[in-house]
Amino acid sequence: MAKGDRGARLRDRRTAGPPPAEPGAPLGDDLVQLLTPEGERIDRVTGPDGVEYSVDFSDSEYRGLYRDLVVVRRLDAESTALQRQGELGIWASLLGQEAAQVGSGRALRPQDMAFPTYREHGVLYCRGIDPIMPLGLFRGVDQGAWDPVEHKFNMYTIVIGAQTLHATGYAMGIAMDGKVGNSDDPADGEAVIAYFGDGATSQGDVNEAFIWSSVYHAPIVFFCQNNQYAISEPIERQTRIPLYRRAAGFGFPGVRVDGNDVLATYAVTRHALDNARHGQGPTMIEAHTYRMGAHTTTDDPTRYRGISEVEAWQAKDPIARVRAFLAKQQIADAGFFTEVDEQATAEAMSLRERVLAMPDPEPVTLFDHVFVDETPQIRQQRARFVEYQASFEGSGH
Amino acid sequence: MVSGVSRIRKFEMPDLGEGLTEGEILRWFVKVGDTIAQNQPIVEVETAKAAVEIPAKWPGRVTAIFHEEGATVDVGAPIIAIDTDPEAGDPPADDAPADGPAYVAEERTAVLVGYGPKTGAAKRRARKTATNGMAAAVGGAAVEPAAPPVPAPVPAPAPAVPVSVAAPVSSAPAGGRPAAVGPRVPVLAKPPVRKLAKDLGVDLTALTGSGPLGSITREDVQAATSAAAPAPAMAATAVAAPAFGPDREQRTPIKGVRKLTAENMVASAFTAPHVTEFLTVDVTRGVRALDRLRERAEWRDARISPLLLVAKAVLLGIRRYPMINSTWSAATNEIIIKEYVNLGIAAATERGLIVPNIKDAGRLTLRDLADELTALVRTAKAGRTSPADMAGGTFSITNVGVFGVDTGTPILPPGEAAILALGAIREQPWVHKGKIRARQVTTLGMSFDHRIIDGELGSKFLRDVGAFLSDPEAALLAWT
Repeated sequence: MAKGDRGARLRDRRTAGPPPAEPGAPLGDDLVQLLTPEGERIDRVTGPDGVEYSVDFSDSEYRGLYRDLVVVRRLDAESTALQRQGELGIWASLLGQEAAQVGSGRALRPQDMAFPTYREHGVLYCRGIDPIMPLGLFRGVDQGAWDPVEHKFNMYTIVIGAQTLHATGYAMGIAMDGKVGNSDDPADGEAVIAYFGDGATSQGDVNEAFIWSSVYHAPIVFFCQNNQYAISEPIERQTRIPLYRRAAGFGFPGVRVDGNDVLATYAVTRHALDNARHGQGPTMIEAHTYRMGAHTTTDDPTRYRGISEVEAWQAKDPIARVRAFLAKQQIADAGFFTEVDEQATAEAMSLRERVLAMPDPEPVTLFDHVFVDETPQIRQQRARFVEYQASFEGSGH
Repeated sequence: MVSGVSRIRKFEMPDLGEGLTEGEILRWFVKVGDTIAQNQPIVEVETAKAAVEIPAKWPGRVTAIFHEEGATVDVGAPIIAIDTDPEAGDPPADDAPADGPAYVAEERTAVLVGYGPKTGAAKRRARKTATNGMAAAVGGAAVEPAAPPVPAPVPAPAPAVPVSVAAPVSSAPAGGRPAAVGPRVPVLAKPPVRKLAKDLGVDLTALTGSGPLGSITREDVQAATSAAAPAPAMAATAVAAPAFGPDREQRTPIKGVRKLTAENMVASAFTAPHVTEFLTVDVTRGVRALDRLRERAEWRDARISPLLLVAKAVLLGIRRYPMINSTWSAATNEIIIKEYVNLGIAAATERGLIVPNIKDAGRLTLRDLADELTALVRTAKAGRTSPADMAGGTFSITNVGVFGVDTGTPILPPGEAAILALGAIREQPWVHKGKIRARQVTTLGMSFDHRIIDGELGSKFLRDVGAFLSDPEAALLAWT
């Protein structure tokens, strides 16, 4: 961690009592990493949970991961720009967290269910959902329009940590439905992944979810993207031990992975999910990463962290290392990189055009999704509202 | 969006952060005539929540910029016009952005809360004649049936004239409330605003509030200090090539940083009785200590300057003489000694003199202090120093030595009890161990507020600062 920046100073000043047990503890043996920031491939590594992790990808699979990372980042950048141009009310950028999201998103099997926060645009992309979907939500024209059942990807949850309880309940449910632990065939069982951030670990909901899933041995993976800040609150002010070690206290394994390493994130997530689907219970994964941008477009990170810290993390960029690896291993050439960039730009331009063309919703649609089945009261309220709207000159809208 | 929109498109100030109503133009990155690409950063805007760069919504050529740097612009008001098809020759005359007296919104401006952008007098759709009790009940007394459109209480927007600076907030109280005159009435302001005013040395009673019920807002306070920030480019040009009129005189309006500096200096010079003392010291050992520091691995990437040594000397001195780090509070009839040291560093920038400070510098390690100094100077030079960075200083250092002068008699920043000037460090003949040697010598000048600090205390402090600079190792051993 960089020294002497504003963030460090704030942390220092606000620390009450003794300093945290491991302030900015160096990341050592307990960090699962398969691809270094320089693009060097580590063949296999044993995690703090005693498991040996590795991946065995074909060249085209490596290229596919790179393509995902680049496209996801480009779409995110376009969304940020759209907010700055007044086209979105707010945007929560994932910049810097692409590997954590693509690695875990691609580790999901088709039958697995994901419960996102409001920042999992990369996971959403990996689930095959049209990336336009969250933009409707952030533009305020719909409530998030994808089908959570069809794509096995729940609605974005704005309330911090609430989705971990939903996910735990869902996981307990599929276990009761007999969809877990029937065979060792990965295609045979289901598992659940719950996304949350470092800040959410301080929420009661998350701790309750840990307890329930532990006691019920629920088939769930708690995937914590530790991006080092709960908005402006640095991780050192949120915990005195590395987050993954909290899992032990709840009674299930925890593992820390380099969240800027798409390969390691994939390996760790895939292993944890398969454990869950085979009836081995929950796992907590702490993906150690960094939010390069603001918490949301409403936030100004320069107020609480320094340039030197951001620069130090820039050197650990999740995409640069994959690119270096692909080039060094001659898995991809310049033409491939150009083609991926062009695809990303084309997708971003398409996203922009479609966002600008999004129609404003009719006011009456606010009654549409209150309940699964419309109640008489809702029907009555809608009728009154329509009547009220019609009472204006030139009505219709 | 309507198809067949005009070629010249106006970009409106967006709501950048969940329900904001205005933003201040900090910096333009483009000028009229520039060709710009889509998403190229065009302007930096500061809102109540963040300073952000806005990327261009359309590619094309800039045909007009509607607000100067420093202007506060309502959400929804146009800030720039872009010719989206500059290759197609001159735009039709009726497409020119400048001459339309009333601005017609062509783009949707998304807002999350509030009543939306003030793009014109609010219109309320007329109700049909109320034909049933339900509509009347809903409408209530607020809307008369079949009434003509109700004129809104909001003021109509100013015509969008290119390069017009928004009127200062304080001179145009919203809602036309008359400024308070006659007997003094209590000032309305929320506690954080009062704190800000105190930190910035702004007299709340002298301001006219623009908030609800005439209350003073944060913006009013900032407007009184720095809102009228000058356009740095213009200022720089003026210095480089003075534009003399026929009378061979150049007139520059007194505003922005220059005005603030002047007010602060006058206020300080005529309220705090200044005493200035000088001390010439041999700093050869201190300079050598810095050289040794540079060779250490953990300091390799740090910027190490004599200013760092002086800052450290001051911080140590304050620890020994806390009264140096105090303020005279006439309002409460108290002398306030501060445990924290917000160490101000005077910086010459394009906008003029500013004194940002390092918060709680006394608690930093030397390494952290070095990084903070570097960051502070970098931020100041880039023109990105925020009002918060400048507020709340408790002791300041001005390094006039960088301009090659020996020392000066600095004037206290308001609210501070002492300020130290560091002169140039030069090789000079000096009696060292009984012989005349060429040594690194500098002169310190320190002014202090004689209401608080007597000659004895000021002299002891200055002597200690000098002692640290001439032998930092011994001073550290002796004092810490």
